[in-house]
Parts: sequence; structure tokens; C-alpha cells
Amino acid sequence: MLLIQQIINGVMLGSVYVTMAVAFTLTIGVLNFLNFTIPTLFMLAGMGAWALTAKGVPIIGAPLIPVVIAPIIAIVTTIAASLIVERFTFRYLKMKYGDSTEHAIPLVSSLGFLLIIENLVRIAYGTDPQRFTALEADFTFDIAGLMIRVPQLASLMISIGIVFAVNRALNHSRIGRGLRAVAENPDAANLLGVEANKLVPVIFMLTGLLCGLAGILFAMNYGEVSPQMGEDIGSKAIAGMVIGGLGSIWGAVIGGLIIGVAEMLTIHLFGADTVQVVVWGLLLVMLFFRPQGLLGHNSIGKGKL
Amino acid sequence: MSGYMTGILTVLSINIIMAYAIFLPAAAGQLNLGGAGFQALGAYATAFLSAKYGTPSWATIPAAMLVGGLVGGVLAFPLLRTKGVYLVLATFALAEVIAGAILNTTALGGAMGLSVPDYVGANVPMIAAACVTLFVFYLMATRFGLVMRAAHDDDVVTDLLGANVRAIRVVAFALGGALAGLSGALYALAFSFVDISTFNATISIYVLLYVLLGGTQTAFGPILGATFFTLLPEVLRSVLPQVKAFLAGIFGQTGAIAPPDESWRFIILGLLTVLMMIFRPEGLVTRTFIERLKGALRGQGARRKGAVA
Repeated sequence: MLLIQQIINGVMLGSVYVTMAVAFTLTIGVLNFLNFTIPTLFMLAGMGAWALTAKGVPIIGAPLIPVVIAPIIAIVTTIAASLIVERFTFRYLKMKYGDSTEHAIPLVSSLGFLLIIENLVRIAYGTDPQRFTALEADFTFDIAGLMIRVPQLASLMISIGIVFAVNRALNHSRIGRGLRAVAENPDAANLLGVEANKLVPVIFMLTGLLCGLAGILFAMNYGEVSPQMGEDIGSKAIAGMVIGGLGSIWGAVIGGLIIGVAEMLTIHLFGADTVQVVVWGLLLVMLFFRPQGLLGHNSIGKGKL
Repeated sequence: MSGYMTGILTVLSINIIMAYAIFLPAAAGQLNLGGAGFQALGAYATAFLSAKYGTPSWATIPAAMLVGGLVGGVLAFPLLRTKGVYLVLATFALAEVIAGAILNTTALGGAMGLSVPDYVGANVPMIAAACVTLFVFYLMATRFGLVMRAAHDDDVVTDLLGANVRAIRVVAFALGGALAGLSGALYALAFSFVDISTFNATISIYVLLYVLLGGTQTAFGPILGATFFTLLPEVLRSVLPQVKAFLAGIFGQTGAIAPPDESWRFIILGLLTVLMMIFRPEGLVTRTFIERLKGALRGQGARRKGAVA
């Protein structure tokens, strides 16, 4: 029974990873770009929502924002930050394929943004973790002795709902068709009249939205935010994405859930110290034997990189 | 020489060696985002041998290089099956696995860290850094270095022309591992204490950043990047409070002013990274830059020379 409970907890934890892994996989699948700002955007949303309710807006000294509106403002801020990142990491960087370290240019640039955003938050609000209980809702119900927390269930539902919506948009909308064309072959898409420059910001807006939601849901579930909260969650989301397969949305969902369950089971069976070895060992084994991941295609991340 | 200067020179030497450790695979077209993992291997090899068997430093340093080089060489075969983003992720994962394994090994002190009875002064890291720099400059001038650069620019054509790209990359990765092991060993001996939380992902990111900002085309890049980013915090430490005092003066504040947040340094590093990637994505020192410099020094038409390169 305890084991089943741990698996349920793992799935709930995995839902946070899923949302971020989908953000990672979208940028990799369409733009071939490992966006390292995603963990910071996640942190920005969580810290932002907390800061708005507890400290008000810095510099202009606006009053405290009510708890109902703060998450929305935080998510909008996250989307804006993501668009700023797009402007400076992707839009003006010349992408000439051939030189094998050149694909790293946006990646390195996004590492720069990771440092900037995270440290700006540190300067504004300090490095300590903050209790953020305003959003925390604690309803629990049990089915046959299994405890299920309502906020966690809600966040799982929301995560899966977002994934369905994104997937549907990619497959059935005009923008989605354009994005898939760019993912397939940027040059050919350009020749056929797809305006890649107008589509790329859409990916970054989606990234901001997904990270923002993940950050708020995390704050709701765990009641604590800190400037470092993105590092651990973000790197596990990357692991989940790779296990599921780069560029595959359902792969990211499965990979994120696998990482969540693996983490909970490891803690249950071997203790918290071994989580790092199990999660990253899983990733390494996957990369050695099936680099394309569970659901990935061979082509992504190979031909162009 | 003051203690402060000695400290900075030690850190600088270790960082330069570490920069060359990441530079060698990068010059052959492989990004290693797991530098801290290899550094940790070297540091713990030295610390363990020294603490457990009392091995002197002339034996522990080569042992650390051997461990780093062997692990790098053995893992290069499966690792280098992956390319691009996959390799970045695989090396990152590798560093996390190494850190996790060390954290869970009681013989290595686990989370408590391990103190090193042995000690070397600042001269050993400095001599080592000079030797490594000379070695890499020599290596880049040999046929091996030439093939490395060719593999970096276009691996398919290099393969077609008869060079063994795979072997070159494995050797470059193993040499990088050995150098990272050396820098770890020197760290352990200079600070007399190793703690796995020192060798974290942030270190890997910084090292990769300063190598890429310095430039991976020539051996001048890493030494410049490492020197700049090691000395930048020290310079900022004295400059930033003055800037803040100046700004406070403009806004009419008087009296004692709290020193600015340490985090500003990282913001400056981040800003420089973003700007460099826009304006000089190949790094500060490129082959063209060196050619132009040579042309200017010879007094010939620098423009003509630069156009050829």
C-alpha cells in the first residue's frame, strides 16, 4: 500500500516536471535550441507571485497585490521575460550550420540569461527560501487508504490539459503547421512563405506560459519558493525530456512522469541521497543505448547539430 | 608576495588548467558541460590517496591525472556516439552521476568532505599552469592539433580526407579529462580540503562559458577567458563599492553605504556572455584576429593579411 502511495506521489511530483519538460522539448523540437532559461523562468513565476503578495513591487513601491491576481501578473511577467530572452538569444544570432560549436551560441547566450535573471531576483529578494502559504490549499481525500491531495491532483489535471491544448494547436492550427514546417526544415519553410521570424516568438510565449504555470503550481503544492528552486526541478525536467525523446511532446509527458516516480521510489527504497545517481544514471544509460529516447525520432538533434 | 596575491594566483592557475581541459574537446568540436565531474575525480583521487596512504604529492598528482584521463578515455567511446545537444546533456548527466556516487561513498567522506594532510604552495599550480599552456600551444601546432581543428570545422570532410576523426576526439576527450584531473588535484592540495558541493554544475557552466568567450579556435582563447573571469570578480570587488558610492552621491545620499550585493558580478558575467554571443560569437580571440595582429606587427598591410585569413 505504501508503495502504491509512493507511486501516486511520484506521478504528482512528475506533473511539475512534465510541464517544464514540454517547454524544453518545444524549443528543442522546433528551434534545435536547448533553452537554459527555462528553470529561471519557472523560478521567476514562483518568486514573482510570492513577492507581489508579500513585498509589493520593487523600485516603484506599488502596494501589495491580492493573492487572486498575483499569479496572473507573475505569469505575464514570465512571458515578457521569455520574449526578452528570445530577442537576445535567438533573433539576432546568425545560425550558420557547419561549424559544430556554432549551434551552441544560443545555448551559451541562454546560460548568460540564467545568470542575469537569477541574480537579479537574488538582489531584489535575498537568497533565502520563503514560505509562501497564501496560495497553499490543503484538501486531502483518501480512496481505500490512499491519500490524494487535491491541489496536486488539480496541477496534474492542468498539466495534462495544457499538453493536450499545445498538441492540438500544433497539429491543427495554422501557426502549428508553420511551426512544424520550421522544425522539419527552416530553409524550405522559409522558401515556401512561412515567416519563421514571426513564429519563433510564439514558441517563446508558450515557453513562458508553461514555465509560469509550472512555477505557480509548484508554489501551490509545496508552499515554498526560493531563487534556487528552478535548478533542481529544471535539471530533472531535462532528464525527463531526454528519456522521453527530444522534440516529442508525449515523450516529455512520459519522461517527466518516469522521473517523478523513479525519484519517489528511490527515496522510498534507498533514501534521499541516491536520487541524483538514479535519475542521472537512468539518463546516461538511455543516452548510451537509445539516444533518441523512448518516443523520439532519430533525426532531431542529429542532422542539424 | 602578499597572501591575497598568492591566493589569487593559485586560483588563476587552477582555472587556466581547467579551461584547457574543456578547451581540448571543444577545439575538436565537442562541448563538455561536465567539467566539474572530472575535476572532482582528480580532487578526490588525490585527497583519498593522501589521507588514507599518506602518498606524497609527486605521486598523487599524476595519479589524479591518470584517473581523470582513464575515465575520460573509457567514457569517450559511448559518450562521443552522441553529438551536439545530446553530448552536452550526456556530459552534464555524467558529472551529476560522479557527484552523486562520491556523495554516497563513505570512504570518500560523503557529504562531510575529506581533508587533505598534504599541502603544496602557490608555486606548484603556477608551474603546472605554465607547463599545460605550453603543452597545449605545442599540441595545437602539431599535425594532431591540425586534425582537431579540421574535425571541429567539418567532421565529414575531415573523415573523407582520411583522418580518423573518432580517434582524435577520443584522445582529445581523454586529454581533457586528465587536465581536469590535474586541476582537481591541485585544488585539493592547495586548499587542503575537498567537498563535493564545490564541484557543482555551476562550475561546469562557468568554465564552459569562459572557454567559449575566450574563443575555441586558438590556444590563446582559454588563457584569456580564464584570466579575465578570474580577475574580474577581484577588480569588481574594489570597483563596485565606488560605483555605488558615486551613484548614491548623485542621488544625494550621504553617510555610510552598504557594499553592493555579491550577485552583481554574476549579472555582469551574464551580460558579457549575452553581448559576446551577439557581437563575437566565435570568442574574443579568433584565427583571423591572430593573423591580423601578426600582419600589423610585421608592419605589412594588416588589411591585406586579414582578408586572406
